Amino acid sequence: MQAASVLHRRSVLKGAGLLVAGMTSQSVKAAPVSGGHLKVAGAVGSASETLDPARQSMATDYIRGHLFYDGLISLDDRLNPHFALAEALDSNDFLTWQIRLRRNVQFHDGTALTADDVVFSLRRHQDPGVGSQQYALARTMQSVRAVSPVLVEIVLDAPNSDFPAILGISNFAIVKAGTTDFKVPNGTGPFRCQEFTPGIRTVAVRNSEFWGERPYLESVELIAIPDEMARHNALMSGDVDLIATVNPRLVQMLKQGGFGIVESPVGTYTDLSIRLDQRYGRSPDFVEGIKFLLNREQIRHSVFLGFSRVGNDQPIPPESPYFNHQLPQRSYDPDKAQFLLKRSGFLGETIPLVCSPAALASVDIAVVLQYAASQIGQKMAVHRVPADGYWTQYWMKAPLGFGNINPRPAPSLTFELGFASTSPWNESRWRNSHFDSLLRDAKSTRDNSRKRQLYWDMQELVSSGSGVCIPNFTNSLDAYAPHVCGLRPSQAGQLMGYDFARSVWLNENRGKKV
Amino acid sequence: MNSQTLKLIGRRFFAAAMSLIFVIVTVFAITNVLPGDATDAVLGQGATPQAVAVMRHDLGLDRSVFFRFWFWLWGVLHGDFGHSLLNGLSVADAIGPRLHNSLLLAGASAAVSVPVSLFLGITSAIWKDTVYDRVVSIMTLGMVSVPEFVIATMAVYVFAVRLHLLPALADVGSVHSLRQFLSVFFMPVASLALVTLAQMVRMTRAAMADTLSAPYIEMALLKGVGPIRLILVHAIPNAIGPIVNAVALSLSSLLGGVVVIEVVFTYPGISGLMVDAVSSRDVPTVQACALVFCVTYLFLTTFADVVTILSLPRGRKA
Repeated sequence: MQAASVLHRRSVLKGAGLLVAGMTSQSVKAAPVSGGHLKVAGAVGSASETLDPARQSMATDYIRGHLFYDGLISLDDRLNPHFALAEALDSNDFLTWQIRLRRNVQFHDGTALTADDVVFSLRRHQDPGVGSQQYALARTMQSVRAVSPVLVEIVLDAPNSDFPAILGISNFAIVKAGTTDFKVPNGTGPFRCQEFTPGIRTVAVRNSEFWGERPYLESVELIAIPDEMARHNALMSGDVDLIATVNPRLVQMLKQGGFGIVESPVGTYTDLSIRLDQRYGRSPDFVEGIKFLLNREQIRHSVFLGFSRVGNDQPIPPESPYFNHQLPQRSYDPDKAQFLLKRSGFLGETIPLVCSPAALASVDIAVVLQYAASQIGQKMAVHRVPADGYWTQYWMKAPLGFGNINPRPAPSLTFELGFASTSPWNESRWRNSHFDSLLRDAKSTRDNSRKRQLYWDMQELVSSGSGVCIPNFTNSLDAYAPHVCGLRPSQAGQLMGYDFARSVWLNENRGKKV
Repeated sequence: MNSQTLKLIGRRFFAAAMSLIFVIVTVFAITNVLPGDATDAVLGQGATPQAVAVMRHDLGLDRSVFFRFWFWLWGVLHGDFGHSLLNGLSVADAIGPRLHNSLLLAGASAAVSVPVSLFLGITSAIWKDTVYDRVVSIMTLGMVSVPEFVIATMAVYVFAVRLHLLPALADVGSVHSLRQFLSVFFMPVASLALVTLAQMVRMTRAAMADTLSAPYIEMALLKGVGPIRLILVHAIPNAIGPIVNAVALSLSSLLGGVVVIEVVFTYPGISGLMVDAVSSRDVPTVQACALVFCVTYLFLTTFADVVTILSLPRGRKA
C-alpha cells in the first residue's frame, strides 16, 4: 500500500503550516492591540463545573478547556482540522496512525510535553471510572503507545479517515501524565489558571511560555449567569464584555444599543425521534406522516425567530461541504400527512409527545406540531417533563420524544454515533445494514469525491428511513460590547467554537466600566 | 431563673433537636426518591449502561439507601460532610465560601431591615390611626405584595442598565473597599430588606399597640410617667416576645430563601448551590445545605422562644 501522508491527502490540512491554530487573517488586518482584561458570561454553570477535559460537558467547561489545554489537533471555524500539539499525523491505511509531537512545548508547571503525556491523556478516556464524555469514541482506539518521546502510535479497531477530527474534540485535550486531581489545570494552553471556583468564577492569565501565537488578552474572567435577564443586563450595564446564548427576541434591541451580535451557524439540532421498534414507529406511514406534518418554516419563524436553518430530516447541516443539496426538501403538507396517518391507522388515537426544557426549544416545537396535527384531526398529548434527569430518564425511551444533538467535527462521526445500527445513541433504533456498509466505506476511502457521494447516499437513507425528524438547525447567538474585536462566527460552536480567547482583542476606546 | 423556666427551655431545645433529625431524614429520603442520580448529571447524554454502572459503584451509589444514610451521618458526627458526587471536592470547601457570602448578605440585610422595621413598627403603634400610621401601613402592605424579583429586576434596569450607577452583578470578589461594598450590596440588600421589612413592621406594630392599650400603661400614664420611659421601660419588655419571634422568622428566610435574589444578581450564595445540587442529585451537598438552613432556622426560632420565655414575668423572677 502506498504511503499517504494526511498532509498531502487532505486539502484541509494543507494550510496548517501557515495558519497557526486560532490566529486569523481578519484579526491581522484590523491591527489588534495587546493587553486588557475581558469579562465573559456564559449561560450554563453550576457546582459541577470541572477542569478535567474528559468530563467537560457544558459550554463554560469547553471554554475553560480551550483556555488551559490544547489538543493534538484543533478545529477551525469551518471544522477543518489543523495541527496543534501534533506536528505531523500520518497513516497508510487509516488504521494505524503515527503522531509526531511538536517540540519545545511546555506544560504550565514547566515540564516538557512528551509522548507519555499523550498516551496517558488518550487512554484515560477508556476507563469507565473517569466518566469521560468520549468513552465510546475512545474505545475505538485499540492501542495507544509511545514509540519515542516525540512519537505516538495509535491503532484503531477499524479504518477511519476522520480520525484527525476526532482528536480535535476538546475532551481529548492533552494533560500531564499521571494527573488525577484537576483542581489546578496543568495544560499547555495559552492561558494559565489563576482562580477556579466551580459555579462562581474562573480567572485566566496569559501564559508567557505558550508555544503558539500569543493571545492578545492579558487576562480573561469567565462567569456563568444562567438567568437570561441577568445575563443581558450584565452586558448592557457594562459588567461583562461578552455574553453567550442571547435570546433572539433581544437581538434587535442589543444592536440598537450599539452591541455587536455574532450569529454562528452551528450544526446543533433539536429532533423529534420516533422509536421504530415501538407501537407508532413500526408503521413507516406514521413516521412519514409526522415528517410531513412538521411545519419547518413556521418553526424557523415563530420558535427560532429566523435564527435557524430549515432541516431535511438528516443530520448534515447546509453549510457542510458534504451537504446533499440535491435531496428534495421535505415541506409542510397536511394533506399528505393526513393520508399517511390515516393509512397507518393511528389517526383517531391520541399520540403522546415527550418534550422538556432540557432539549432546546422542544416544548415550542411540540406545540407547533400539536397544532398542525389538530388541523387534520390527529390528537396529540404534549407531555412536558423536567430538565433534570431528562437525558437518562426519558431521552430515547418514549415512543415519540425530543433530543438535542450537538455538532460533531465530521459527518462520519455524526452518522456513526446517531445512526449506525450498533450505536447506543441511535435515537430511533433505525437498523439499516446498507447504511452501515456505506459508513464503513466512507471511513476508509481515500477518494474525496467518492466519500462525498457516500455521504450523499447516507443522507438520503436517513432522511427517508430513520425515525429521526430534524425540522431545524439552530444558530447560536453571542453579543459583545463595542470595544471587543476579532469575534467571528464559527461552525464549531458559540463564542468562536468556545475558543474566542485566542483571537479576541480589546479596542482602546473602551466603554465606561463600572 | 426557676426550675419551671429551665424545664420550658429544655423542652424547647429537645423539640429543636427532634425537628433537625426529622428534616435531615426527610430531605435525604426525598432526594433519593427523585428520579435519576448523580451519574446522570456527570455523564448526561454520553451515558452508557456500562459507564453508569462503573461510576455508580465508584460513588457508592450501588449501596443501600440505609447504608448511605448511616455512612453520611457517621461522617457528619465526626465533622466530615463528605465529598461532592459531581467533582469529588469536599462539601465543606464548596459550602464554606458560599455560606460566608450568604451570611454577609443576610447580615447586611438584617442590619438594615431590623432597626428600620422596629422604628416604624413602634412609632406607628404610638401614633396609631394617625396619617403617619396609615402611610406606613399602606407602604408596607404594598411592598409585601410586590414579589422580590420585580423589585430587584426594576432596580437593576434603572440603576445598572439605564443610569450605570451600580453594577448589575453582585460580584463579591471585587469588593476591596467600603465604597465597593456599598455599590455591590446596595441593590441586593435593598431588595431583601424591602420584602422582609413588611412582616416585621406589622408584627411589631400589632404587639406594641396591644401592649399600649393595656390598663397598666394607662395607670403608668396617670402616675405621670414620661413618654420615652413609658415606651422603653413599661411597654417594650412586655411586647418583646412577639416582636422577637417576628424578627426571627423574617431573618431565618434571609439565608435559604433568597434564591430569586441570588439569581437576579448572580450572587454566589448557598441557596443557589442547593438548587444546583438538587437538580444534579448531589446528595451530600443537598444534605449539608439542608443542615445549614435547618440549624440556622432552629437557632433563630429557639432563640426567639427562649427570649419570650425569659421575658414572661414568671421567667424574669430570678
